[in-house]
Amino acid sequence: MSKTVLIIGGGVAGLEASGVLSKLGYTITIVEASDRIGGKLNRWANLFPTQRPAEEVLNYLKFQLDPNTSIITNTKIDDISLGKTQVSATLSNGNCIQADAVLVSTGFEFFDARKKEEYGYKIYENVITSVDLEQIFKDGKELKTSQGKTPKRIGIIHCVGSRDEKVGNTYCSKVCCVTGVKQAIEIKERIPSCEVFNFYMDLRMFDRHFEDIYKKAQVEHHVQFIRGRLSEAFENPDGSVMIKVEDTLLGKPMKMNLDLVVLMVGFVPSSSSVFLKKGLQLETGNDGFFTPADEHYKTVCSNQKGVFFAGACTGPKTIENTITEARAAALEIATYLNQN
Amino acid sequence: MLQEGKQALWKEYQKEIADNRYFYVRSCVRQNFFPASEATFLKIITEELGKDIYEHPSHTSCSGIGYHTDVIPFETTMTMVARQFALMTEAGYPNLVPSCITSFGLYTEVLDTWHHFPEVEARVREHLRKATGREFEKPANIAHASDIIFKLRNEIAAKAKHKLVNHITGKTLRGVEHIGCHYSKMFPQKGIGGAEYPYVLIGMIEAWGGEVVDYPERRHCCGFGFRQYLVKANRGYSVASSKKKFESMEPYKPDFILTNCPGCPYFLDRWQYAIAEMEGTTYGENGMGIPVLTYEELAGLVLGYDPWDLGLQVHQVSVEPLLDKMGISYNPSSKYVGKNGKFLGVPFKPNTLKVC
Ligand code: SF4
Repeated sequence: MSKTVLIIGGGVAGLEASGVLSKLGYTITIVEASDRIGGKLNRWANLFPTQRPAEEVLNYLKFQLDPNTSIITNTKIDDISLGKTQVSATLSNGNCIQADAVLVSTGFEFFDARKKEEYGYKIYENVITSVDLEQIFKDGKELKTSQGKTPKRIGIIHCVGSRDEKVGNTYCSKVCCVTGVKQAIEIKERIPSCEVFNFYMDLRMFDRHFEDIYKKAQVEHHVQFIRGRLSEAFENPDGSVMIKVEDTLLGKPMKMNLDLVVLMVGFVPSSSSVFLKKGLQLETGNDGFFTPADEHYKTVCSNQKGVFFAGACTGPKTIENTITEARAAALEIATYLNQN
Repeated sequence: MLQEGKQALWKEYQKEIADNRYFYVRSCVRQNFFPASEATFLKIITEELGKDIYEHPSHTSCSGIGYHTDVIPFETTMTMVARQFALMTEAGYPNLVPSCITSFGLYTEVLDTWHHFPEVEARVREHLRKATGREFEKPANIAHASDIIFKLRNEIAAKAKHKLVNHITGKTLRGVEHIGCHYSKMFPQKGIGGAEYPYVLIGMIEAWGGEVVDYPERRHCCGFGFRQYLVKANRGYSVASSKKKFESMEPYKPDFILTNCPGCPYFLDRWQYAIAEMEGTTYGENGMGIPVLTYEELAGLVLGYDPWDLGLQVHQVSVEPLLDKMGISYNPSSKYVGKNGKFLGVPFKPNTLKVC
């Protein structure tokens, strides 16, 4: 009988690792809390930096899955513990699973923008998040204000829930800058006459092609980038949003009226992290993300034998890095299972 | 504006407010600015609602204004606060009720500092012992006076003689509120409704039949902002802040402004006169200003107290339009008659701002 691997989380990391492990001959069970596999890709229309449809990557991930993979959706893990060589999990559907290794690929959650109270998400009608905007794009809907008008001026606010001591998240979420640039371009492609302003602290265009789309946003689409952090937002009588922000390059505070405000929400650890940390006796950093056995050369290993990590459960990551990491985790798991 | 969003937030920011046995500490400036507010508070709490409240004749300023303007070091401030606690301990009252939001913020800050740095508390106890021979217990509960009125708002509503409704048209009266910076901006969890969408005054207005509008510059400073006003050269900032607020609230045509802090009603009231004289701009109906009230004054009006007993004649902006809407009868000829029956004199009429 082949050895078994339990994968907790059926998002990008879990699916990719599952595909590789199946090819290596292991029996895989994926437990997914939501009603479908694919994670956040299900909610995304197009991916940075190339604007390729998210569906393409999702299809690839599903396609490379082994048909014998056991996928259990709508299910949470109620109890989990480590034995000498095995991990035992009790599922919310009442079933029990024994596995020879476990991959934690629980990903991340989006920062709840309501916590940034002064920005008025879910209070001011024309304040939405990057996730809401992406859903509008995905649904193929027209971008309108809550009053049903085509917006003439949109502000994209970077670092919402990231790099912010006030909300307790001091880390950078890595991908929201480039998402902000991508979404700015997509707004301009749909409504060329709309003025788009990105308010940023600094732009983290670290990966290949990122600088290219940043340039494209400015040169081809005339997106305006203003270095400054939003202090607060208010709703005007007509439903538009007045923001207060400092332009730190000019050294001046400014007020601006916007028809729509888009908050670039960052990553926060998955809510299951606390539970898994306890059950599997794992380590997390001050930021709540899991800590790998070594930050440089054992990024997919945990402090526990037989427990591995892949993807954003150890911190914000791009899809590309998540997929690479998932493959690394699969190989690490295979090595571990061969040795045991 | 999505009310459900606000209501969800309000639920998160509840606080414990003591039921009875209050030790009241007055503001150092309110008695000059709005002389009857504190007396009205005591009257409501004792005569209307039968609570036990005590004020000690020897209590002093909390030194908050000095502290926030960097004139008094924090160590001294903490020792003065410790002395207030000692008076409270000696009087046998467990629950502190400051009348001023700066005091409220400061007491909260001092207790928070001691919570995180017990050695500082020990040092302050030693300072107080050496200076006065006094010891103290920390308050079991601290609530700003407006928190108490908020807690008792429905009891007040049950005794209401007047509602925040236009008695002729039946239209709900519309208020805007200004919370004051030190109420919850420093410690959001200590303010009803938190820092960004505080509920303490809204709860009162709603309980008394009125409606509240959220205007874009609601969070902006009233214009007091200690340094803006206390440093004479900065007073332009002060009036500019108030002006920004008036311009922002004007489109909503509020019937009144309700305030929480000693400084806010003063600046929002007096600067309406100053702006009218400087620029010829007025913000109320028919060339008048928007009436500005403290929460005690509004509670007093709702309970049917005589407007002149509430000290409303010392407001710069006439309150009569609001009284007329609420159907409150008043005697114009006794407006400037003092409590001792002596005529106080009629103030000069402003050139631009219309007054009654
Ligand atoms: S990627 Fe950009 S927007 Fe996101 S947290 Fe980092 S700096 Fe802020």
